[in-house]
Amino acid sequence: MFQIRCPYCGPRDEPEFKYGGQAHVAYPADPEQLSDEEWTRFLFVRDNSRGRYAERWNHAAGCRRWFNVIRDNGTHEMVGSYRSGEQPEEAR
Amino acid sequence: MDPNEHALHNAPFLWRNPEPKASYDAVIVGGGLHGLSTAYYLAKNHGLTNIAVVERGWIGNGNAVRNTTIIRSNYLWDESAAMYEHALQLWEGWGEELDYDILFSQRGVLNLAHNLHDERESIRRVNANRLNGVDAEWLDADAVKEFCPIVDISPEARYPVMGATLQRRGGIARHDAVIFALGRACDALGVDIIQGCEVTDIDVVNGRVTGLQTSRGPIAAGKVGLVAAGRTSLLTAMAGFAVPIQSHPLQALVSEVYEQVLNCVVMSNAVHVYVSQAHKGELVMGAGIDAFNSYAQRGGLHVIEEQMSAGMQLFPQFSRARVLRTWGGIVDVCPDASPIVGLTPVENLYVNCGWGTGGFKATPGSGWVMAHTIATGEPHALNRPFSLERFETGELIDEHGAAAVAH
Ligand SMILES: Cc1cc2nc3c(=O)[nH]c(=O)nc-3n(C[C@H](O)[C@H](O)[C@H](O)COP(=O)(O)OP(=O)(O)OC[C@H]3O[C@@H](n4cnc5c(N)ncnc54)[C@H](O)[C@@H]3O)c2cc1C
Ligand SMILES: [Zn+2]
Repeated sequence: MFQIRCPYCGPRDEPEFKYGGQAHVAYPADPEQLSDEEWTRFLFVRDNSRGRYAERWNHAAGCRRWFNVIRDNGTHEMVGSYRSGEQPEEAR
Repeated sequence: MDPNEHALHNAPFLWRNPEPKASYDAVIVGGGLHGLSTAYYLAKNHGLTNIAVVERGWIGNGNAVRNTTIIRSNYLWDESAAMYEHALQLWEGWGEELDYDILFSQRGVLNLAHNLHDERESIRRVNANRLNGVDAEWLDADAVKEFCPIVDISPEARYPVMGATLQRRGGIARHDAVIFALGRACDALGVDIIQGCEVTDIDVVNGRVTGLQTSRGPIAAGKVGLVAAGRTSLLTAMAGFAVPIQSHPLQALVSEVYEQVLNCVVMSNAVHVYVSQAHKGELVMGAGIDAFNSYAQRGGLHVIEEQMSAGMQLFPQFSRARVLRTWGGIVDVCPDASPIVGLTPVENLYVNCGWGTGGFKATPGSGWVMAHTIATGEPHALNRPFSLERFETGELIDEHGAAAVAH
């Protein structure tokens, strides 16, 4: 179990949160123009690299807001967290 | 007795530790159960013996020996039933074939139903299984109690047991013994098992794989099979493509050693736990994945707590059992909870992954169809539906909602 820093409420234990997967995956700007391969990518393929990873969390048992976290998924080190809509340097 | 056979049985080690050769006809990346099983059938069924298994650690350091060893074939969809039933039939003769006591015990697997929806889904699955020639029965609560006397079926239970599906041919096996058996069998067939050899890059020339860069130097290869479970995405990235996989921790635990009290495997999706008792006497329990991505082979204690409280709901007497050890593995989860076994965008490069939380049971069948795919360059009829393209065509094999999900 790790601690996650909600940008609105501060640090809380992991069971208060729900995981939302890779951050910064934008809905396609022009969905009708997408090829089948591009749809596959958008629907099913998410980054699964090892190391610093930008991901979404929801403070489900707290303020219930979505935000982003950068975590090293090889070591579980918490690098930082920031509000949805923000794009820090480290976020890929 | 043949003197060679004698030497084999009395050898201090079950397999050699050879230096990698400069080149092989085929190289399997990943020395877990599926990698070794693939190499075994490449040699045995297809006569390919100039082949190697390269493993970054020691063989069986990954999910191969971290799993809870549940074996069954009662999947809902036709494609899965065919794949897992073929594997189960191979299990039924494997100990003898490999000449090793793998402690395969067909003690029966119960999947409990706790509400009307569970009950309907379970009966639907029993019927689907029967149509596919997979043994399956529906038991009502009293019959569950008779089959497995220590389950609490009282109506006051937080999640009352309304019945269960039973696959009598399901059960457990000793995972490390399977690694030993396959290591020895591969070696005897001439396969080089190269441990401590991490693949760091994949050579692709004009869309075709030509070899591997490893921590023990370059190895040329006519064909390459990636069988790396939770680390598959890291390898496919080296070859220039992505697979729809997310790597998650999956945890399990064992209790101290007790007298035999549990005579079968009990699984419950609603309460979210599965339990069996090892031959030695430890209660073995597992549950669902940790939600986040990880390569760290560990997860949160709250997940262990949840699975233990679920276990205690079903078996009140476990409240006095003590945990000996918990651990985690990294599982390769696919969006439709089914594996990917087949061709890739790179010629002569094949992939076998996405077994996620439930690949132990598939070990012999997975190796069988992967070996066929590598040897012939075409998928076997059993793994044809489990292609990478299914995510583009939409022909998913959705075993997530299909009851009896995890393991
Ligand atoms: C806690 C837990 C419980 C489970 N319970 C069950 C169950 O009850 N029933 C069931 O059917 N399944 C179960 N599973 C799933 C099952 O364990 C896996 O699906 C199966 O073991 C995966 O195949 P494998 O043995 O080949 O994987 P692994 O043993 O993980 O093999 C992959 C190998 O590839 C190697 N590798 C990776 N990258 C490289 C590289 N770059 N170079 C060289 N080598 C590399 C790794 O070191 C590893 O040895 C469970 C899994 C876990 C973690
Ligand atoms: Zn909050």
